[in-house]
This record gives sequence, structure tokens and C-alpha cells, in this order.
Amino acid sequence: MNYRLNHLKELEAESIFVIREVAAQFENPVLMFSGGKDSILMTYLASKAFYPARIPFPFLHIDTGHNFPEAIKFRDELMAKLGAKLIVGSVDEAIKTGMVVEEKGFNASRNGLQTAVLLDELEKGKFDAALGGARRDEEKARAKERFFSHRDEFGQWAPKNQRPELWNLFNGKKLMGEHFRVFPISNWTELDVWQYLAMEEVPLPMLYTAHTRDVVIRDSIILADSDYLNKKPGEEVKNMQIRFRTIGDMTCTGAVVSEADTLEKIIVEIETTRHTERGGRSDDKRSETSMEDRKKKGYF
Amino acid sequence: MILHVFSLNFLNGEKSKTIYIEQIKIMIDKNKNGIPDYQEKELLRFTTAGSVDDGKSTLIGRLLYDSKSIFEDQYEMIKKSSEKRGESEVNLALLTDGLKAEMEQGITIDVAYRYFSTPKRKFIIADCPGHIQYTRNMVTGASTSNVALILIDARKGISEQTRRHSFISSLLKIPHLLVCVNKMDLVDYSEEVFEKIKDEFSQFSSKLDVTDIHFIAISALKGDNVVKKSENMPWYDGTTLMYYLENVHIGSDHNFIDNRFPVQYVIRPNTDEFHDYRGYGGRVAGGIMKKGDEVMVLPSGFTSKIKKIDTYDGEIEVAHPPMAVTVLLEDEIDISRGDMIVRENNKPEVSQDLEVMVCWFNESKPLRERGKYTILHTTKEARCVVKEIRYKLDINTLHRDTEDLNVKMNDIARVVIRTTSPLFYDPYRKNRVTGSLLFVDEATNETMAAGMII
Repeated sequence: MNYRLNHLKELEAESIFVIREVAAQFENPVLMFSGGKDSILMTYLASKAFYPARIPFPFLHIDTGHNFPEAIKFRDELMAKLGAKLIVGSVDEAIKTGMVVEEKGFNASRNGLQTAVLLDELEKGKFDAALGGARRDEEKARAKERFFSHRDEFGQWAPKNQRPELWNLFNGKKLMGEHFRVFPISNWTELDVWQYLAMEEVPLPMLYTAHTRDVVIRDSIILADSDYLNKKPGEEVKNMQIRFRTIGDMTCTGAVVSEADTLEKIIVEIETTRHTERGGRSDDKRSETSMEDRKKKGYF
Repeated sequence: MILHVFSLNFLNGEKSKTIYIEQIKIMIDKNKNGIPDYQEKELLRFTTAGSVDDGKSTLIGRLLYDSKSIFEDQYEMIKKSSEKRGESEVNLALLTDGLKAEMEQGITIDVAYRYFSTPKRKFIIADCPGHIQYTRNMVTGASTSNVALILIDARKGISEQTRRHSFISSLLKIPHLLVCVNKMDLVDYSEEVFEKIKDEFSQFSSKLDVTDIHFIAISALKGDNVVKKSENMPWYDGTTLMYYLENVHIGSDHNFIDNRFPVQYVIRPNTDEFHDYRGYGGRVAGGIMKKGDEVMVLPSGFTSKIKKIDTYDGEIEVAHPPMAVTVLLEDEIDISRGDMIVRENNKPEVSQDLEVMVCWFNESKPLRERGKYTILHTTKEARCVVKEIRYKLDINTLHRDTEDLNVKMNDIARVVIRTTSPLFYDPYRKNRVTGSLLFVDEATNETMAAGMII
């Protein structure tokens, strides 16, 4: 008898352990759901962790208002299937009430505005742990992130003063008003995620597979055309066959030209790709430490 | 191959498009036979430690680069940064040093996790900074590793840091020690130098509790024996570093003998369909659990049988480390988080008095004799009082100091503790999961120390 797990099953076991640990250690956790593949994976793993019981926490979507309609449809269907409670924190609302101010210009993005709305929702819901689908391979500030990441009462991350994390022992103790961000899929890479989703045949929004769409090419990033995109004079709308490697705010999520219309083909494509998936995210390109800066302030 | 460039070329001419499609087609054909290879990969975690100039970053950079795990945009970014900093070569350390303070000071502050994979295995590198004050990072990185990769500069031989890293690896019971004698190109690929370092290390390591040590002569910069076998060292008859990492036997790194199942979370659906369902969620910490096994539950001592081992994917017959499963028992027994399911004829130690090796992490508060701490052990929580500090260990000389018992950050000491309730544990050397614990400050909730039960 061979008592071995393949790497995907071992990652799965690690993530299930962490998700269960959250349910056991915290009073009021919430799962941050963006509609992207990582949060779909998180949802799937959470279903596994508590089967046959329901996932014992609600979902929170920070809605920039610039969503792919496909992603919203997928989100609502998934939530209905799970019988889960979905909380939507709206950036549109926050702009209307003056909590945040909309950026101006062609590269205006609502990405930064999400932080304030997220922190507000966490406070309103009195959530003491927010589960997220961030991975350490995404970005170098995330490479040093813990599974259980402590945040002070302002939601700030202190990268130099993180709690050491050893073995499978997770210290989720905190003072009143503080909370934790928990990242159960820290050790997965983009390729692991795709391989796992394919192995388990997890349904995904069609945005990830090759399709034709109206796009605008700006600074060599392919952006989906939509009412939210401020087009510069001379910018032309083209119809191309593309797919998305990440799904986020429509105005800053870049697509790639692709013919990969099945999960298997996507895996092959990723194996041969020489660019990181966040390479198409203009929000990360603002400076070398833009992710760290945003995280310190409480960004997810 | 740059996808973005492809996509832009694609707009301008047909040529690139063809190449791109051909590439995908070829790859798919290759993968068509049977099970995709990614479903057969094993996961190996290893730790490295080293200071700025011993070639650690170069080695990691090479492993990532040669396994195609560095992407073009990442490479471009660090190239730009290196130029901005006035460095003549691309500084691969910038790949891992991502925090502002690290970039400003040119040092690594925290453990960085790096990932790469080959067709055989997926690797997780816990890349630890090597400065003397960062023992706690080395301990953190070592806690989950299968292999410790120790780098020795061939010109300098065994250093204080080599000793420290080796000792921590043995203390944390990393099953395999891999000693890479690096910069062989700077000692004319001399066999004599390699053998001398090997002898010296073997002598020193005989004092450590390590059984599996392996030596490789490499040059990370030139690539000798990293992925490809070196032509410069015909006298070297061992394997390359990559071959070792891909083939070292890690199948026995878990304890498959002593059944230990710490209950993590009780699953009670309370639905019509699963009305009486009461499952114990957890991760197998040791042994092989089978349906029908006679088991005992600690601390109550009640016995029962395993009725079912459940997962989302259906019932399974056998569960082993490190699987996360749900166990159902024949009898209704009151079981909650922190309890442990074991075999009656193979129980763990049950005690309130423990001898523990601690590695102290906290900068502002030293270990207090008579001090009280919260203890996290498996899924159980208790409080403890430190009854006695037996000695402090000098990790460079392994000298036991019984005079100076002031245990500060990065110190390692042997202590005696008494807990508020009995812990179910195994000696750390027998089981890394049931033998490890954390000390938490009762006022600030900070993790103060890691402990290994003796």
C-alpha cells in the first residue's frame, strides 16, 4: 500500500485544515468572494471542509461597480446553489455617500477604493476573520504573508512584525477590534489552481476560457471594452479572441489572446506562458511596492 | 515566449499566430497519454538559509530560472531595479526581497516562500534570512520542511552559520540534510577542498541528531551540478542537486505507525437528510486509520469503533497523514475540539508535566521563570507555568549554559512546564505534529516561542 498524496491533494488537505481552523477559532468569520477562480476554489474547498454541513459563514463581495456581468451571474447562481448568505459592499454607494472619492483620468481605477469599503463592511458585520484567496506566488509582498495574518484595529498589516507561523499551529488570538485575514491557499501556485480545478471538474465562469470580445489595447494591456472604460482619443475597439487569467475590476483586468477553450488547454497555456498572471493588472504596476503599500492599509 | 508580445504581433502579422497555435498543439499531444503527469507529482518542502554573499540567492534564482518559474515580467522588474540601484548584474535576491525595508537595507527580514515545479515534484522553498538575529525565521522555515539545504562557501569552509543552520535543522527534525559545497569554481573544482569540508562537517554533525546527510559539490553561478552534471568535476560521482531534490525518498517522513487524530472541528449538519450525523473533522497526525478500527478517545478514555471515514468525495476505507477527513464513530460519545482519537494499545503520553526545548521569538519580553503562558498544542489549548529553566544552549558550540538563564529572542533553552490540563503528546522526534507547541503571551496574544517536547 502506498500512503502518498499527490501535490494537489496535499495542498487541498492543508487548505481544508486552515478553513476548519477558522471556523473553530473565530466567532464570526466571512469569506471574501471576488468572483475570480481563486475565490471559487476557496468556496469549493470550504464546501469540502464542512461537508455534509453547510459552510458556516457568509460571503462578502466588494463590488467596484465595474464587474463583468458574467462574473455576477456566476456569483449569484453559486450562492443560490450553496444556500449561502451574500453580503455586497458597494463602491458605488461609498462614492455616493462621500466615504471615498472616485479617481479621475483615463487610468482611473476603483481598486484602491475597495480597501475603505472592505474595512467598513468588516466593521459593520463585526467580522473577526476574513478568508481570502490570495496566494504567495502572486506578488512578492504576498510571498511573506502568513496563513493567519493579524490586522490591528485599523485593519493595517505590519509586515515587519508578523507572528511566526510554525507547523500546523495557527495563533488566531486577538484583542477586541482586531481581526485576521486568513489565506488558506497561500501555498498554491496559479498552475496548481488550474490543475486542481481541472482534476475536480469545478465549474467556472466562461470568462476564463477563450471567447471573442470587444477590447481596447492600452499600454500593451488588453482591456475589455465597457461603459466604465474611459477611452482615449484614437483608441480603437477591436474584436479579438481572448480569455482572462484573473477576473477583477473590468477597467484594470487585462486579457490575453488565447485559443484555450478548455481547462486542459488553459493548463498547457499556463505551462508555456512567460508572464505572471498579475502582469496584466495595471493596479500592481503603479510602483514596485504598490501591493505592499495597499496591504499595509488594509487591502486584501 | 511572451504572450503579450505574441498577442500584439498577432495583430500585425500572421506569422506569430501560427507559432503560437503550433506550440499549444504540440503540447496537448504530448499530454494526451493516460493520466496527466501533474496528478502524479509529490510535494517537497525545503528550507535554505544563508547570508548575502554565500550564493543562496543565486542558487534559488537558478533553480527558479532553470525550472522556468521566473516569468519574463518578474525578470524585467528586478532587472530594472538592479539597474536603478547601480548594480552591474541582475540581482536575483530582489525576487525574494519584496518588502520596502528589505529593499532599502539590502537584507532579507522575513521568511519568503518560493515555488517551482518539475515534472516529478512541486517544491516549496522556505527561504530564510541568515543573519544571526533571525534564528526565529530559520526555525519557522524548518518546522514544515522535508529537506534542509545547507550552503557552504568552498573558499571559507564551515562557518558559524553553517553550524547554526545544521543544528536548527536537527533540532526541528528535518528528515534530510543536504549539504551543498558552493562556489567550487573559485577553488579550481578541487576534490581535496570538497573532501576536507565533507570530513569536517561529518565530524561536527556526529554531535547532531541527524541520520540522513548528503553532500553535493556545486557552483550555483556557473551551474555545475545544479541541474546539469558538471564537466569540471570528473571526480565527483554523486548526483546533481536537482536530481537529489526530485528523488530523495520522502514517503516515510510522516509517522505512519502511531494512530493520532486530533479532533479539530465537530461537523453536525442538523438537516433532515443528515439528522444524526456527528462527524469529527481533523487531519491525521499519525498512523493509518481504517474503517472498523477499535479506537479510544482521549481524555475521556471511552472506546468505540470507526463507523465511517467521510470526505466530500465520498466514503474512504483508509486515512493517513496528512489527509484532512471526517471520522464517525459507532457510539455516541461526547467529543469536542482538542480531544484525540487513538488506539487503545498505542496511546500517546498523557501528562501535565513536560520537558520542552524552546526557541524564544519575542523581542521585547524574555522568557520568565514562573511565567504563565497560553499553550497551543495540536488542536488543544491550555495554560502553562514555566517551572524551571534547565539550561540555555549555545547553538554555535552546543554548550549547555546553566549559569546565564536569561532567555531572550533567538535563544534556545530547555525548560520544564506544568500545564492546566493534561496534553496528549509524543516526543517531538517521534512525531512533529503531536510533539510541537507554541507559547502565546496572555496579555498581547503574540506568539512568544516554539516548543519541542522531549
